[in-house]
Amino acid sequence: MDVPVLKQGPFLIATIQAALNDADLNKLRRSLVEQVGRHRSRGVIVDVTSLDVLDSFAARTLRDIAHMTGFRGAETVIVGIHPDLAFAMVQLGLTLEGVATALDLEEGLAYLNERTRRLGATRPLPSTRVVAGRPAMAPAPRPGWPLAVARPPHAILREEPRDRRRAKPAPEGADPDTRRDLS
Amino acid sequence: MTYPEHVPVRSDADVVIARQRGREIASLLGFSASDLALIATAISELARNIVLYAGSGEIEIGHVEQSERRGIEIVARDQGPGIRNIPQAMRDGFSTSGGLGLGLPGVKRLMDEFEIQSRPGRGTMVTVRRWTR
Repeated sequence: MDVPVLKQGPFLIATIQAALNDADLNKLRRSLVEQVGRHRSRGVIVDVTSLDVLDSFAARTLRDIAHMTGFRGAETVIVGIHPDLAFAMVQLGLTLEGVATALDLEEGLAYLNERTRRLGATRPLPSTRVVAGRPAMAPAPRPGWPLAVARPPHAILREEPRDRRRAKPAPEGADPDTRRDLS
Repeated sequence: MTYPEHVPVRSDADVVIARQRGREIASLLGFSASDLALIATAISELARNIVLYAGSGEIEIGHVEQSERRGIEIVARDQGPGIRNIPQAMRDGFSTSGGLGLGLPGVKRLMDEFEIQSRPGRGTMVTVRRWTR
């Protein structure tokens, strides 16, 4: 079972949908480490809200993902650990040492935005632009969602120069995200 | 439904099947959501030990009743190499497979009762129980 990975600006969001076996988790690890390079991502969010069990293997794989993407220059944050899983993990003696965690997707994005800004890795976050024909991949806007700026689809492909001037000035050539690829 | 239910464990995919069956059965027995997570996690660890150390075996999931108490009993059984030194295997932080799994002490903490029998060269049987409350 493949874990869908969504590119959201400079971040990747992997949403674990259901019970994953060890092979699926290994595949996710490989895929995220590779995609960090392909998309030049600054951060990765792994959303485990739907995970039924977070056992020693899953915890180790999440740690591996965080450390491996860290070696590639992207910070990983794990979000959505259910209270019951947190309790079971503590009983079992599992830790996610050295791995950032956040309550949910919203907090995770806020954390990564803050971190990438503080590390001087600021690239202005593009407003949400969806590649035409694939709007279903975009997450639904929600309160506080920092990236979701509702824009009519027809505005997506026409990049107005004055929009550019109004945006925060970007360092020379530092904005590859105007071409959005949600694959 | 007939108990106990036997789930063969030969691969990591079976680990997921075993813990899902365990969760379903525990739910039918009236365990709380929080207990379901503990039980499923314990089964996941026991089943993974089978795959890692013995290659194959089975997880047996059944219910137990004992003077007013009801609970779930999980037996993890294999014909693998067995455990030579059980006290050592029961110490926190001990693992012979490169840190994979926290091993048996963690499973013991997840459950109410824990028994282990093992003969080198013959196999291992771990029995754990948890009572509804």
